[in-house]
Amino acid sequence: MAGKPKLHYTKGRGKMESIRWLLAAAGVEFEEEFIETKEDLEKLRNDGVLLFQQVPMVEIDGMKMVQTRAILSYIAAKYNLYGKDLKERGTTDLMGMIMYLPFQPADTKEKNLALIIERATTRYFPVYEKALKDHGQDYLVGNKLSWADVHLLEAILMAEECKPDVLSGFPLLQAFKGRISNIPTIKKFLQPGSQRKPPTDDKFVAVVRKIFNI
Amino acid sequence: MSGKPRLTYLNGRGRMESIRWLLAAAGVEFEEVYLETKEQYDKLIKDGFLLFQQVPLVEIDGMKMVQTRAIMSYIAGKYNLHGKDLKERALIDMYVEGISDLMQMILMFPFSPPDAKEKNLESIKERATNRYFPVFEKVLKQHGQDFLVGNKFSWADVQLIEAILAVEEKVPAVLSGFPQLQVFKTKMSNMPTIKKFLQPGSPRKPPPDAHYVETVLKIFKK
Repeated sequence: MAGKPKLHYTKGRGKMESIRWLLAAAGVEFEEEFIETKEDLEKLRNDGVLLFQQVPMVEIDGMKMVQTRAILSYIAAKYNLYGKDLKERGTTDLMGMIMYLPFQPADTKEKNLALIIERATTRYFPVYEKALKDHGQDYLVGNKLSWADVHLLEAILMAEECKPDVLSGFPLLQAFKGRISNIPTIKKFLQPGSQRKPPTDDKFVAVVRKIFNI
Repeated sequence: MSGKPRLTYLNGRGRMESIRWLLAAAGVEFEEVYLETKEQYDKLIKDGFLLFQQVPLVEIDGMKMVQTRAIMSYIAGKYNLHGKDLKERALIDMYVEGISDLMQMILMFPFSPPDAKEKNLESIKERATNRYFPVFEKVLKQHGQDFLVGNKFSWADVQLIEAILAVEEKVPAVLSGFPQLQVFKTKMSNMPTIKKFLQPGSPRKPPPDAHYVETVLKIFKK
């Protein structure tokens, strides 16, 4: 019995959020089991269901998949959202930087935030702005919605949470943001009550530190 | 115009080494351009060769590819080293990503501050012996086959043999509790393309030394 994919993670964005976005964009319903205590994590480890003792873990098509990129790649291919993965990789790097921001010591946060904004505006966003300009199409790759578009929208929204006017030099990305946000599956994910998780706050940081001993 | 892939990186392992391994294992000859000065690097950026202003860069099939994993995924797909279907690919991806996490620790090790070196070395040893090697020991034991996935040589096998040798350089007896991995290491090392890559004079790069670290800092420091 196939059933819905089941996601195992803490109740926050972290490394699982990109997976939630992609499943939602593909119109795939999924279940979530939240790790709330250290004991929850230990149980998963002791049950032998975490290949490298780590989460994210996604139960899908009879597999217990781990490793975020492997999971994303499988989902993208399965639901025809693959495209070429070259451009999507750059967004992944940017997203990684944003995710770790709440976990930096207070004195480096300012510096890291500045670095994220600098990278976004000088390294990553210009590439995507140019790609859209060069081909004049609605989607990044192959004139068709792909993993790259979903990932870029997620990155844009996270960057805007750091700096609300971060897209001010990027008119095509602004239009892109509007278009992709209006795709029915994505629009639904952006509404309250969806499985999208809120930005990471200090309370969540404390929970994560306790569960993972960091 | 040779048509061979052309690799642009420093004359050292870094993030390009796994790509060299994969091309070599696939029996693909390649050319290399070495970055030796900041000026060379700045010129590459100015000329618009580097999509995200970073290396590795691999010119292959008319593309200027960047992003290590994207490059390796392309090479693996092209040379039939990425499984026969989506599920085998998923397994290969999981194994490669896990090993990559271990390789990342080794990659960063030469850049650790002197007072952290011992601790970092201990972490590499601990992760290899408690988290990563046991997984592959078990996989090989359970199916009894020569290769990790689908009874066929794949990207996962190449990544694992590279990792085993890299860890052994730092922790010589690391395979002592892993009889299956010892056999795997011997078998992989004897495959013709890999055997050739392991011989002197191949494109394989030596372990990073102080000169390499210095060059990295010189070229990439802002």
